[in-house]
Amino acid sequence: MPSLLTLRNISKQYGSVVALRDVNFDLGAGEIHALLGENGAGKSTLMNVAFGLVRPDSGSIVIDGHQQQLRSPVEARRAGIGMVHQHFTSIPAFSVWENVALTAGWSISRPRVAEERVRALAQRIGFDLDPRSRAGDLSAGLKQRLEVLKAIAADARILLLDEPSSALSPADAEQFLSQLRSFKTMGIASVLITHKFSEALGIADTVTVLRRGEVVHNGPISTTNATELARHILGEVPPDRLRLAAAVPGDVRVRVESLTVLRQGSSGPGLRTATMLARAGEVVGIAAVEGNGQRELLRAIAGMAEAKSGRIDVATPVVLIPEDRTSEALIGDFSLAENLVLSQGGAAPWVRGPWIRWRQAHDRTAQLIESFGVRAAGSEMPARGLSGGNQQRMVIAAALERRPAVLVAENPTRGLDFKATAEIHDRLRAAAGAGVAVIVHLADLDELMSVADRIVVLAAGIATEMPTGASRDAIGRQMLTGGG
Amino acid sequence: MTESLLVAFLTAAVRVATPLLLAALGETISERGGVINLGIEGAMLAGALGAALGATAGGPWAGVLLAIAAGLTVAAVFAAIAVGAGADQIITGTAMTLASIGLTGAIYRSAYGPAGVGLTLPTLPVVPLPGLAAIPVLGPAFFQQSALTYIAFLLVPLLWWGLFRTPFGLALRACGESAEHARAAGVGVTQVRVIGVLIGGGLAGLAGASLVLAQVGTFAEKMTAGRGFIAIAIVVLGTWHPGRVLGAALFFGAAMALQFLFQSFLLGIPYQVFLLLPYLLTLLVLAGVVGKVKAPADLGR
Amino acid sequence: MGVNPAMRSLLSAAAAMGVGLVVLALGLTLSGYDAIAALSAMAAGAFGSPDAIFSAVLPRAIPLILIGLGIGLAFRGGALNIGAEGQFYAGAIAATWVGLVVGGWTIGWGATWARLVTVPLVLLAAVIAGALWAAVPVILKLRFGVLEVISTLLLNFVGEALVSWMVQGPLQESKHIYPQSDLLPVAARLPQWPGTRLHLGLVLALLLAIALWAFGRWTLAGFALRATGANPVAAAVVGRINTRRVFGLALLGSGALAGLAGGAEVSGTTFALFQNLSPGYGFTGIAVALLAQLNPLATIGTGLLFAALEAGASAMQRDAGVPAIAVYVVEATIIIVVLLAEANRRRVALRAAGGEA
Repeated sequence: MPSLLTLRNISKQYGSVVALRDVNFDLGAGEIHALLGENGAGKSTLMNVAFGLVRPDSGSIVIDGHQQQLRSPVEARRAGIGMVHQHFTSIPAFSVWENVALTAGWSISRPRVAEERVRALAQRIGFDLDPRSRAGDLSAGLKQRLEVLKAIAADARILLLDEPSSALSPADAEQFLSQLRSFKTMGIASVLITHKFSEALGIADTVTVLRRGEVVHNGPISTTNATELARHILGEVPPDRLRLAAAVPGDVRVRVESLTVLRQGSSGPGLRTATMLARAGEVVGIAAVEGNGQRELLRAIAGMAEAKSGRIDVATPVVLIPEDRTSEALIGDFSLAENLVLSQGGAAPWVRGPWIRWRQAHDRTAQLIESFGVRAAGSEMPARGLSGGNQQRMVIAAALERRPAVLVAENPTRGLDFKATAEIHDRLRAAAGAGVAVIVHLADLDELMSVADRIVVLAAGIATEMPTGASRDAIGRQMLTGGG
Repeated sequence: MTESLLVAFLTAAVRVATPLLLAALGETISERGGVINLGIEGAMLAGALGAALGATAGGPWAGVLLAIAAGLTVAAVFAAIAVGAGADQIITGTAMTLASIGLTGAIYRSAYGPAGVGLTLPTLPVVPLPGLAAIPVLGPAFFQQSALTYIAFLLVPLLWWGLFRTPFGLALRACGESAEHARAAGVGVTQVRVIGVLIGGGLAGLAGASLVLAQVGTFAEKMTAGRGFIAIAIVVLGTWHPGRVLGAALFFGAAMALQFLFQSFLLGIPYQVFLLLPYLLTLLVLAGVVGKVKAPADLGR
Repeated sequence: MGVNPAMRSLLSAAAAMGVGLVVLALGLTLSGYDAIAALSAMAAGAFGSPDAIFSAVLPRAIPLILIGLGIGLAFRGGALNIGAEGQFYAGAIAATWVGLVVGGWTIGWGATWARLVTVPLVLLAAVIAGALWAAVPVILKLRFGVLEVISTLLLNFVGEALVSWMVQGPLQESKHIYPQSDLLPVAARLPQWPGTRLHLGLVLALLLAIALWAFGRWTLAGFALRATGANPVAAAVVGRINTRRVFGLALLGSGALAGLAGGAEVSGTTFALFQNLSPGYGFTGIAVALLAQLNPLATIGTGLLFAALEAGASAMQRDAGVPAIAVYVVEATIIIVVLLAEANRRRVALRAAGGEA
């Protein structure tokens, strides 16, 4: 197979951290190449090098036999490379066709023509996209497809897909991946960045595994299997992640009955109906694909969203760990002590009448930095100076400092590396062990199953409690088809 | 109301609306790119002085050219600070307006001597459009105006086309909705926004020219008196669409022209009430309009 | 680093002022003026004599400090109040009206008692009027979503026109000749330092600056204000702060302070209402607040600085024939220097954070 894209001896270092060390990567024409590895293994950095977003310290890029210097995504696009990011990069207020025309640089002097062109292209690659829909109104699955459509419209022959299934339900992810396979006939080669080896086994021709910035495995998919891939990814045999015994339930802390909540974010149906309980000492997992009502449910339990109808009783205090650390959970310009004061409100020990005793707040912050292992220069340090993992340690420390009866966490491990993720899991389990009712949503179902005692699935805004011992497949099916 | 009075009122309304329309069209372009420029008040004032200086030196059309250049200069400084360096747009715009008030005051006095000397400038002639000007009532109001009014009217479809039918317009609107996503789509956000701001500044300068050369015929310190700010309100009323901005500007022109009409009629009402009226009307209409329309999502960021 | 923050902010203020004066000198030279003569007239007008200091600079500093404090309060709470000029006028109108009316009632009470009753009422009226003037943008923003920038800005023009109407209509002096109000009775006037035009408003401004500083630094409510301004979403979600309320109160407080400035100006300096009572205090106040980095204590210093600048500007117009509004160039330059320094600081901070993530 002739090589379409070759990355030769790529190295990249950030400060003292080696992101990529002497990495070689080959993408053949018409091939689907899975790039596997844990969070932080260097997958995204490598693809950002190929897309001109990151300049490597050394190494070369060869496209179609020509050595290229990719200084920006514009140059990468010109060389026939398209990238589909994990997050949505379309303009929400624009229609589908406007988004495509913008990326592909089409003339729009006759909108009908551009619209038809988009319709034809979508049909050809089997996407059910209406060119006139507003991009912001599309479901997560269609948004993902719009990203792909934009890349193909811009004449990409190489698609770099960064965890494309992370926001999709299991069945939709399967359909999406099979559509990828059909691109082969159009001469489009794809790199599928993922940390799920099941996806790689299902669709890829070739696989490369990165661990700590180095290639630890490369070869055709047919000569490998799940166990072997898992060993390559983790460096050891993965532990059995299924929980066998449920916690001993305590008193009821959250009681939700026939709850309806209007849409909070920009997409999704909102919460149509949910009935559930959460007791002291257990972790209740909320499984849902993005935009299926989990935000509304969690915010309503946390007292941040109004119920349209139904009943909701929650023990106090209830504390929310919001999904977006940098914009919702912390004030970047404020010091860690100020952020702690913010989170604790008027009942904190350093508040006397209208006054704040800052000395006391700083002392307590320093203690928390110590006991939660936050790597920070001190309580005076601004929050934005911390790494993502350390910010989240601080957020959790502040949340637990309020001695919550109920702890609600929205995808608290988003964007964290393996070690920080494991630590957050332990903190949530420990909180439950200390008698807190923990309600958590995690985007990754495997992660959620390893943390939760029980799982409630939200699909299309309707909640369904899964029976104990439900299999991963059953839960995945419910996430897609449930609700009706 | 007699017909001649109605004609006089409508003519005044269109004449008063012209600088507002020019400035508001420019600001529409700037804001569609995500940049709110409170400095257009200053750019308009600089344009007014440029028009006076140019007209004194080389006749009204030289004034028009110098006015555009002056507006562009103010906008260029604004763009460097607010877009280039990423400083707060609102405060930068306020500062640009202050600087323009100070500089135009100093230059005016240096060029024409101490204030108080009445300055009479060569103005742009009224050009009746053959045929159209003969339409009863509307003809004299809309088609017996200076060339700048016709330019302003022509800019409405032209800018609409530019915004909604060209790749540049698409890129500009993308920058206004989400700079980050526009960048991901390969748009040079800074360049596009700077161009948008410059178009806004040039048109604000032209607005200053129309104020001086087609309406007042002289220059005075702080003579724009908030017209640039009103233009920003007109953009909101016009929901960032050139056609509706035209409507909003005419509505404003009419509100401001009311004082000419009523001063001769209702002697009991103090004329300051009519000075207040346009501003109060703006606030009232804004309250009715704003909740129902969507501004470019990244405006001001 | 090494230098303490107060010292550093003072140094950067001096640097910004320096740049502003250089830009003014350049602008004047290019417009054909003698920049040296203009700047020396300015220096003499600001610091040349005790009279300059006590009758020109200090009285001017009072409205600038009060408005600067108000704008600092609003900006810290995330409300972009560009309408201090209008709020100032609202305060001045109310103060004039109450001063004339209550001053009339208290005739014959004895000077001290009359003043002890009238002056507080005059200032209270100014505070309420300023807050009410600011209540309009608050309602427009919270009920209808109108940007406070646009509404406060437009209300400046309404305020100006209203004053123009008042002094030619309801509040015109008794002979109905001049466009101004009657002089306030002595009972409605703030006491002046004998032999100067400096009045008690300065003490009021200083006390308010200290109170606002303590409020922001040491109280929970002041902390809520800063949090709302710094990140309204986090303040609402994690801090459970009612950010709409904080926004509204900050803007109301800001209007109250600007209104107080208007009242103090009428009651302490001019004793009458007339058009152009404010030579743009509302806009200069933005520069005062920004140069002080919204710190109330530093606002005292920057208020004095701008008062000196404006007093010097009047002297410059009188003695060197340069229009006083040319100092707006200095103010604009200072604002821009502060903004650029801020933008640069933010970029450096972002880069530092980005490198670690």
